Amino acid sequence: MVAVTFTWGEFFQQVVFGLAIGAVYASLALALVLIFRTTHVLNFAQGEMAMFTTFIAWSLITNHGFSFWPAFFVTIGIAFLLGAGVERIVIRRFEGGSHLTMILVTIGLFVIFNGGAAWIWSPEQKDFPSPFSAEPYSVGGVAIARQHVGILVVTLISVTVLWAFFRFTKAGLGMRAAAIGPEPSRLLGVRVPWMYAVGWGLAAALGAISGIMVAPELFLTPTMMQVVLIYAFVAAVLGGIESPVGAVVGGLLLGLGTTLVSRYVDFVSSELELPFAFAILVLVLIVRPAGLFGRVTVRRV
Amino acid sequence: MTPLLELDGVEARYGPVVALHGISLHVGEGEVVALLGANGAGKTTTLRAVSGTVRKSGRVLYAGQDVSRRAPEGLARLGVAHVPEGRGILAELTVWENLRMGAYVRRDRGVKQDLERVGGLFPWLLERKGQQAGTLSGGEQQMLALARALVARPRVLMLDEPSLGLAPIIVQELFRVVSTLNEEEGLTVLVVEQNASIALEISSRAYVLEVGRVAVEGSSEELRRHEGVRKSYLGY
Repeated sequence: MVAVTFTWGEFFQQVVFGLAIGAVYASLALALVLIFRTTHVLNFAQGEMAMFTTFIAWSLITNHGFSFWPAFFVTIGIAFLLGAGVERIVIRRFEGGSHLTMILVTIGLFVIFNGGAAWIWSPEQKDFPSPFSAEPYSVGGVAIARQHVGILVVTLISVTVLWAFFRFTKAGLGMRAAAIGPEPSRLLGVRVPWMYAVGWGLAAALGAISGIMVAPELFLTPTMMQVVLIYAFVAAVLGGIESPVGAVVGGLLLGLGTTLVSRYVDFVSSELELPFAFAILVLVLIVRPAGLFGRVTVRRV
Repeated sequence: MTPLLELDGVEARYGPVVALHGISLHVGEGEVVALLGANGAGKTTTLRAVSGTVRKSGRVLYAGQDVSRRAPEGLARLGVAHVPEGRGILAELTVWENLRMGAYVRRDRGVKQDLERVGGLFPWLLERKGQQAGTLSGGEQQMLALARALVARPRVLMLDEPSLGLAPIIVQELFRVVSTLNEEEGLTVLVVEQNASIALEISSRAYVLEVGRVAVEGSSEELRRHEGVRKSYLGY
């Protein structure tokens, strides 16, 4: 099976690349989980929102003279407002409706953001600058792209910040409470509708980070995030759709798995990467129907 | 003296079903008032009408201001703590996180003392603060719900069927704590109970609801001797 010449150096490069691309899946998957947990919506527009905000970052850099990092942070802020706005203006009106209605609404948002981006910025592909130098790191004589290490580090930092927000702040606790029990939370003084909007905002911000990080790898186009979204869905379900840790681990495993398999297993060419990802998903769900980190909560009444 | 909490001609319905046909009642500052009645009499709905979790008409006054249009979170912020039917424990959060949620409305610096005070009332809560709240027994969850409500430092505590499904000894313990808080700190309490004998024991006044109306009202002393109440709710 392993027909390619194997070197540890290249293997190491592949692992870093796999983790970097996995980190992109992970952050988008985490955005999906965040929205699913707070509002029980599967947001099919998550990838397009990420793409749209990546275009905003591109526009800030190319047309408005921003350098990379200021554009990065301004875009995260804009993405937050965009996500929160979408929840307050659109999603709220369909709350409590059927799942089918909500799926159609998010597909509608998908179309709007996709069309909107093509209309505003044209569908031609654009170069997105990387903030990381092209000069690779040399680790024991093996060249490791700074870009890949950078993606991994930025994503892990943003995931950690988000985790700390939920774990250590009062607002984060209030959001978790609102997601678990909206009715009792309101009686405790939580403004639950605002919490939903903040959840959508944080998810959109996370999506913007994944879009900006992956754009230098893929070229920026209105369709850039579509395949990424599918991987993110796989990662989220793999981890157990309600589990943030699961989404991150699922994303990293998926990135690593698909990269290594398409590199080292002959018959899995890059065209077969996505089917392979789904094959992993199906296998995991057969063994663990709730996903890797999904669990049945213990509850007594 | 104006009452701390007052309902004036409150009507409420769930879809086409009318649950309250114009309830009027009041709770004075520092009083313990019980709401008695059979299933479906409108006791729970009365509490929900106060906290704003059911659509209603009529007026609800709290500390002299009209709060009829307030959202539940607004009432919580004003100092009305509602421990709902089924306790409203956040099952996937820990005991400690549930307690901290009690302080969600607090803006002052006294939260730490209140958490300690509550820990003094229910010492086991602090020993098991890392435990997932959903894994507590029914009685423990009810204690946690009460403790959480107290962390908010409410002016009015509304309890919905606190004794439901609990062992008699736990019920005694629960009401002992409520009585102590009322006597020592002047906490105002509006409690809904099926268990009329214990409710009349700890309350100073009570209302008996029947099909969405106040059927009988009076001091708990009087109601204990009231023949209809005795036969229907006390069983002797």
